[in-house]
Amino acid sequence: MTFLNFLISGISLGSIYAIIALGYTMVYGIAKMLNFAHGDVIMVGAYVCFFAVARYDLPPALGVLLAMFVCTMLGIVIERLAYKPLRQAPSLAVLITAIGVSYLLQNGAQLLWTSSPKVFPNFFKVADQTGVKLFDGQLNISYVTMVTIAACVIIMLALTWFTGKTKMGKAMRACSEDKGAAQLMGINVNATISMTFAIGSGLAAIAGVLLCSAYPTLVPTTGSMPGIKAFTAAVFGGIGSIPGALLGGLLLGVIEIFAKAYISTQLSDAVVFGVLIIVLLVKPAGLLGKQVREKV
Amino acid sequence: MARKLNRNLTAAQKTSYMCFFTYGVVILIYLMMQGLISSGSITSSLKGMLIPICAYIVMAVSLNLTVGILGELSLGHAGFMSVGAFTGVTAAVALQDVVSSNALRLLIGLVVGAIFAAFAGFLIGIPVLRLKGDYLAIVTLAFGEIIKSIFNNLYVGVDDKGLHMSMLSDKTQLREGGKLIIGGPMGIGGIQKISTFTAGFLLVMVTLVVVFNLVNSRAGRAIMAIRDNRIAAESVGLNVTKYKMTAFVTSAALAGAAGALFAMNYSTIVANKFDFNTSILILVFVVLGGLGNMLGSIVAATALTILPEALRQFADYRMLVYAIVLILVMLFTNNPKLKQVFNQFRTHNMRGKEAE
Repeated sequence: MTFLNFLISGISLGSIYAIIALGYTMVYGIAKMLNFAHGDVIMVGAYVCFFAVARYDLPPALGVLLAMFVCTMLGIVIERLAYKPLRQAPSLAVLITAIGVSYLLQNGAQLLWTSSPKVFPNFFKVADQTGVKLFDGQLNISYVTMVTIAACVIIMLALTWFTGKTKMGKAMRACSEDKGAAQLMGINVNATISMTFAIGSGLAAIAGVLLCSAYPTLVPTTGSMPGIKAFTAAVFGGIGSIPGALLGGLLLGVIEIFAKAYISTQLSDAVVFGVLIIVLLVKPAGLLGKQVREKV
Repeated sequence: MARKLNRNLTAAQKTSYMCFFTYGVVILIYLMMQGLISSGSITSSLKGMLIPICAYIVMAVSLNLTVGILGELSLGHAGFMSVGAFTGVTAAVALQDVVSSNALRLLIGLVVGAIFAAFAGFLIGIPVLRLKGDYLAIVTLAFGEIIKSIFNNLYVGVDDKGLHMSMLSDKTQLREGGKLIIGGPMGIGGIQKISTFTAGFLLVMVTLVVVFNLVNSRAGRAIMAIRDNRIAAESVGLNVTKYKMTAFVTSAALAGAAGALFAMNYSTIVANKFDFNTSILILVFVVLGGLGNMLGSIVAATALTILPEALRQFADYRMLVYAIVLILVMLFTNNPKLKQVFNQFRTHNMRGKEAE
């Protein structure tokens, strides 16, 4: 039964990683850049939701929507101001700019909201219960966990539909394959890239709210470690692939929780990254990534 | 006439001029700093930063070897710094009663740090160098995090029986008179500050000599050939793994020495000091200074270490300003229009020279 408890919390943590990893993977797929500022967009989303609900007493649903709106706008603005001028620049220059944006968001948040930790409220209560107990209280499933897993499944299905069926989604796939050819076919490449950033950042807001509901301390650096883990998850599953982000995120979450439970709390990060290295040695392009063969 | 000679310089002569120019600049700055220190006209905050600046310069130059010359993005360079810091300080503390000379103990610390970091670089290099591009980057990131969590859980003590080690909790069971050196998450405390500015300067010089000689050797040309086109390099018979490993291990060893120098400038050092952010900080030095440009790395490392201190008057805003400066510099240096203007200027100048 404890095993099942750990498995469920692993899947729940993994779902959060998966939602964050989606943002990384989509942006990487289309703009071929590692968006290091993504983790900090999560933090901004969590703060917006926190203030909307805890300070201004808005209903939680409205708080989440507001956070999504703010993050989407933030994503578009960041892309327009910092990344778009560097479209032709070497990838390292873009990487450093992304790091600059990440510092900017973290330090901006510290100035605006101070570095004292905020305790994130738990929205997910039914009749003052935070979860359900099954099998005489041996199996605890909190509502946060249920909502997280459900959100992850819904987002995944919606994105699969979006990239597969809609015109915008097809444009995205075309751009990620060949930007020049896509432009020749009349696709607005800049708008498509902006759209990708918007979706990724909107998802980051959801991830931020879910993350802080499960682990309720909110500080300006909240997003950075989950950001790195989710980035790892995206690579784990094969960066650029949407199902890969889901698989990588879930596996990473489950491995992390199991390592914490059965090996050592302090060494859990080492175990997670160790597994990543072994996987990449066996499958150098990640679990679901495509091996691109070099042509001479 | 002289100008004509100047124009007919071969590429090799140009690079060797560049090396001597770099050595000259470093020596000049060192002498200037020594002059300022002896005349007492240097602020204490700048004086305190001299050794960290030396360590960061060595870090930046060694990372430039990996990123600029070898052409592989490494996001875990602070991991090697950490290995060097912890092993070097352990050696220096363990030998405290045996070796009385501070300078000799510092030297032993630096060498031990470099050797262990080189060994770590070799172990990490085996899997890392099989991968490419962003996958390689993420694996170096992973190794950096693994090294951090290992040192966060490592306990090392010394007593009259020698060194004792344990993981996760303190099981060293030291005998009477023994001393715990590395205390897990507490890191190393009570370090004697034996690093000196002169030692830092010498380490910078050694690093430059090693890197320039490597880059301008047969091995260095092979490494750059692999960076530019791996398949072409392989097809002319270069042993890709060997040369990649040479660059990677050299870079790791230098980072280890820098770590030892850095650690012995503080009284306590913890593993969390050498995290992902430190790796990124050093990567920023390298990219801002220019890939493959060692003098650029030196200037960037110095300027960006002083900048946050110089921005003290902005107090809370200083890191914000730092971030904005970083973004703006990247935007301006990569602006296609500005580049065009620069290029026009350059061709114009060259034409002018030819007309003379």
